[in-house]
Amino acid sequence: MALRRDWVYENNGGTCVAIAGSDYCVIAADTRLSVGYSIYTREFSKICNLADKCVLATSGFQGDMKALQKNLAARHLIYQHQHNKQMSCPAMAQLLSNTLYYKRFFPYYTFNILGGLDSNGKGCVFTYDAVGSYERVGYSAQGTGAGLIIPVLDNQLKSPSPLLLPAKDAVTPLSEAEAVDLVKDVFASATERDIYTGDKVEIVVINASGIRQELMELRKD
Amino acid sequence: MFRNQYDTDVTTWSPAGRLFQVEYAMEAVKQGAAAVGLRSTSHVVLATVNKATSDLSSYQKKVFKVDDHIGVAISGLTADGRVLSRYLRNECINHAFVYESPLPVSRLVVRLADKAQVCTQRSWKRPYGVGLLVAGLDETGAHLYYNCPSGNYFEYQAFAIGSRSQAAKTFLERRFESFNNYSRDELIKDAVFAIKETLQGEKLTSAICTVAILGKDEAFHLIDQKIIQEIIDSIEIKEDAPAEQAPEQDEAGSSGAAPMDI
Repeated sequence: MALRRDWVYENNGGTCVAIAGSDYCVIAADTRLSVGYSIYTREFSKICNLADKCVLATSGFQGDMKALQKNLAARHLIYQHQHNKQMSCPAMAQLLSNTLYYKRFFPYYTFNILGGLDSNGKGCVFTYDAVGSYERVGYSAQGTGAGLIIPVLDNQLKSPSPLLLPAKDAVTPLSEAEAVDLVKDVFASATERDIYTGDKVEIVVINASGIRQELMELRKD
Repeated sequence: MFRNQYDTDVTTWSPAGRLFQVEYAMEAVKQGAAAVGLRSTSHVVLATVNKATSDLSSYQKKVFKVDDHIGVAISGLTADGRVLSRYLRNECINHAFVYESPLPVSRLVVRLADKAQVCTQRSWKRPYGVGLLVAGLDETGAHLYYNCPSGNYFEYQAFAIGSRSQAAKTFLERRFESFNNYSRDELIKDAVFAIKETLQGEKLTSAICTVAILGKDEAFHLIDQKIIQEIIDSIEIKEDAPAEQAPEQDEAGSSGAAPMDI
């Protein structure tokens, strides 16, 4: 076996979480950028506001994250010019999936969560793998701390199986404030054990009145 | 006398050294509905007349946002204008993607002019039949350019193109020296007035004109119809006093200089 010397990716760590509510959506990501056992910066945003009602959180390789964000933002501009309106969250979700699959044989090393409001004003969260496989869910976590967070969210948010009939609503009955508190708690927990998660968590909430952002301190170690 | 023999191909020169196909393309611009542009040091205003082909149809879109800091108004073959607007938008998006900064206006108009020139030197193409008033704001300030089908472009303090634009030009010629110091609202008012001049007697309402503005703290956007109607009403009130009559000037061609060289 010859030694491969063409590994062009790097995992910059970090965790993203999103929770969909009946009329809001919470998207959160920590702000630490790492490589190996070092920290590059404690103040790096993994969240990108793609549209009025659509926010993307990405963990993984930061170079690909930036490129992906720029790509989608440019495509959104083109859409606005052609259709005279902003893209809806489900439309952006499909676009993101196609963009990721386009590079199926040289993927974007990114683990994405797209959150926002659908055309009915209900919260929606779409979760992706690196090559574009996606699903609409009630909540999701991606990144290095996801393994620590998902079981807690499963326990707290009790999402019904998408295989059930009649189709049950995936959005949580929690209020916006309760969902934000839950997000803060899960990040604090993930920070304890995941070395790549910490410093600060950037929490973005989308609801009918727009997009609001808050920052919360996390452990720096 | 020789016009008909040398006007079939865009790549055929006439004995007098003219390309008639290109000049005919400029004629197409003159046939389109009027568009005017005015510039101060901090704002640029574009205004167009919305001509509908019949009472049953809606009017064609003649003002396009190209980017937050650039907009265009067109006159002539609106289909060509639409295609060129798409090109301009793409250029702006691609530049911003690579350089993370807005495309300077002067560079955009050069690319547009070069694109137009290509169509004057290929036998299998035809010139674009649309004139564009490009309004833009960048680090070097506010700009208004006019791009011709010939591939020429010029910078203006104020300009008007399309049918009956001479009336608007005359009006602008009298006032342009003070435009640099105009406030945002004064600029809009003069743009609406210039459009009124092109209508020559026809009633001006907000339904038949479109006005767009771009400024240092204002992304390019169309002005709401209600506000335009208010401006029209305030102009009309002033006109209860004897109105200024713009002397009607002959639109006939100049003394032999090819129109595309103007």
